Amino acid sequence: MQIHSWGRYPTTDATLHSPRSPSALRRLLLDTQPTDSGATTAFDGIARGLGRSYGDSALAGTIVQTRELDQLLAFDADTGLLTCAAGVSLDTILHCFTPRGWFLPVVPGTRFVSVGGAIASDVHGKNHHLDGTFGQHVHSLRLLQPDGEVLNCSSTENSALFHATCGGMGLTGIIVDATINLRRIPGSAIHQRTLRTPHLQEVMERFEASAASTYSVAWLDCLARGSALGRSLLFLGEHATDGQFKAPQRGGLGVPFNSPAFLLNRYSMSLFNTLYYNRPVNSQTEQRIEAGQYFFPLDSIAHWNRLYGRKGFLQYQFVVPDAAALAAISLVLQRSSAAGKGSFLSVLKKFGSGNDNLLSFPLQGYTLAMDFKFENNLLPLLDELDSIVLDHGGRLYLAKDARMSEATFKRSYPRWEELAQLRAASGADRMFNSLQSRRLGL
Amino acid sequence: MKNILVIGANSAIARAVSRLYAEEHCRLFLLSRDAEQLALQKQDLQIRGATEVDCSVFDANNFSVHEAVIDQVLDRFGSIDLAFICHGSLSNQAQCEEHFDSALQEFHTNALSVISLLTCLARHMSIQRSGCIAVITSVAGDRGRQSNYVYGSAKAMVSTYLQGLRGRLFKSQVDVIDIRPGFVDTPMTHAIKKGGPLWSSPEKVAQCIVDGIRKRKHTIYAPGYWRLIMLVVCSIPEVLFKRLKL
Repeated sequence: MQIHSWGRYPTTDATLHSPRSPSALRRLLLDTQPTDSGATTAFDGIARGLGRSYGDSALAGTIVQTRELDQLLAFDADTGLLTCAAGVSLDTILHCFTPRGWFLPVVPGTRFVSVGGAIASDVHGKNHHLDGTFGQHVHSLRLLQPDGEVLNCSSTENSALFHATCGGMGLTGIIVDATINLRRIPGSAIHQRTLRTPHLQEVMERFEASAASTYSVAWLDCLARGSALGRSLLFLGEHATDGQFKAPQRGGLGVPFNSPAFLLNRYSMSLFNTLYYNRPVNSQTEQRIEAGQYFFPLDSIAHWNRLYGRKGFLQYQFVVPDAAALAAISLVLQRSSAAGKGSFLSVLKKFGSGNDNLLSFPLQGYTLAMDFKFENNLLPLLDELDSIVLDHGGRLYLAKDARMSEATFKRSYPRWEELAQLRAASGADRMFNSLQSRRLGL
Repeated sequence: MKNILVIGANSAIARAVSRLYAEEHCRLFLLSRDAEQLALQKQDLQIRGATEVDCSVFDANNFSVHEAVIDQVLDRFGSIDLAFICHGSLSNQAQCEEHFDSALQEFHTNALSVISLLTCLARHMSIQRSGCIAVITSVAGDRGRQSNYVYGSAKAMVSTYLQGLRGRLFKSQVDVIDIRPGFVDTPMTHAIKKGGPLWSSPEKVAQCIVDGIRKRKHTIYAPGYWRLIMLVVCSIPEVLFKRLKL
């Protein structure tokens, strides 16, 4: 069937499997598939969680969905150690454990991702500057190997494989289950402070000054130009300490069908951005909001990706080191707004230091994410942006990528060879491949 | 805290319903053919908040064990507040048209095994003089359609049986609920091309079911708009309907 990920670009024809148990998953890998010519072929495909990566990292001719592997397997109420199957969503975890006073150590911008996907993409959250990535809070995981063996991996056991798998985009095997550290919180609501910053330099200074804030993220007006380039609203958040616990609410609005893409143009987006930037903000007072509203504002609009129309969109997220950040981000914003491209939601975030995972995205610096409606003249622009990012020592997020070149990837992820060697040694290179991994020459 | 018996516990809808009841700290007794799944589900439901989870491997097509299994549940729980029957199989219509053996097998699984279980449950529940029996049938039972009438007629048999049983158990204060899901995205419907506004997730259907049971509805369409759709489908004159490739 035709399948695409969250960006709705690209679309590919795939055979889907949804094994209901670890043993069924194992059989799927080991049983050879008959082909038309009568010969048999071994498994060649990729694992897929809830399909919330944007590009082609969870697309292949054969796809193993983990959504039926969705059981909670063990929970220690003293330590907060939770073991769950790979297909369990972060939404499920928050739904079950927030009311009991526990929270995930790291949450990305949507809670509708699976634990397996969060590990494979080594996702980050609004607390990255203090707490690092999701993978850094994985106590251990069990990985189904090409030979059918299930290996226990952690930072102390099979550590090379562990660091290849966290952020490894599913290319080392299939994560069966994982044990993660939940975190005690004093209250589930968030006390938010909103700071309006008139240009890029100021928002970066504010990020530096608020390094002690547990959570920080900025919305940025990517269409503002000149002296207003990079004007932003910076949202700082701390957990409430009132001892009240409520899981993020489910339900809300939905986008029932693809909206005509022409509704999103430089004028409508510019208008939206101007209105949003100028909305009434009192930077002195704290606002108490629900956790879902702070962490997952877009989750309340189901299928918001349909707003970008039938052809879908690309999310362009890059990181550049601190020293080059101001120059690089300014150039990217100038170049994209000159081309009249922009998005409703551009998100700026200061990262803490990187980690030991081979293909993990974050590094000490700033990351900017922008959504671009797919248009024929978009790809050349993104190639231009790539060279700006790479010239400043940055790189692109694999979970969002659908188009970067092999050369771009290999230049910006210097440890790719270690992953390739590990894959060759285990035979994973013959069984676990996505459209992305083939494009990037992994 | 309620005592809930789930028959066909490994079905996608049953799994989702069990989870909702686990969050309400119910005691659950799960029956399913698949021992590996039962063990996984037991852990899962306990972590989600169930007060107690018991399970037993059970094949609904083995009619001779039905009585003993219900006794086993009653020995464990003392009483049953909700018996939720949701096992079933989606028939291969073409094969059933050619081979009566296949059709008979479908009637065994989707209708006769349910009626056998209802016979045992009704006896115990009428003595208990409380509780609720909820059975998953299907919108396919509302009207015979050429594409799916073996499955549909098996479900219709159960629906009609439930109507009668509802009247019989009314004076014993036992509620009988007929649950008719529409298109649900589950492993049972794996072979069918999905997508479009009429398909629902098992979680969504489960929420409709739990809400409907709480309100003690007689017939739950899940989701509710299927009541309207089936009203339209059932009101098409036969002279026209027989010409439609539905």
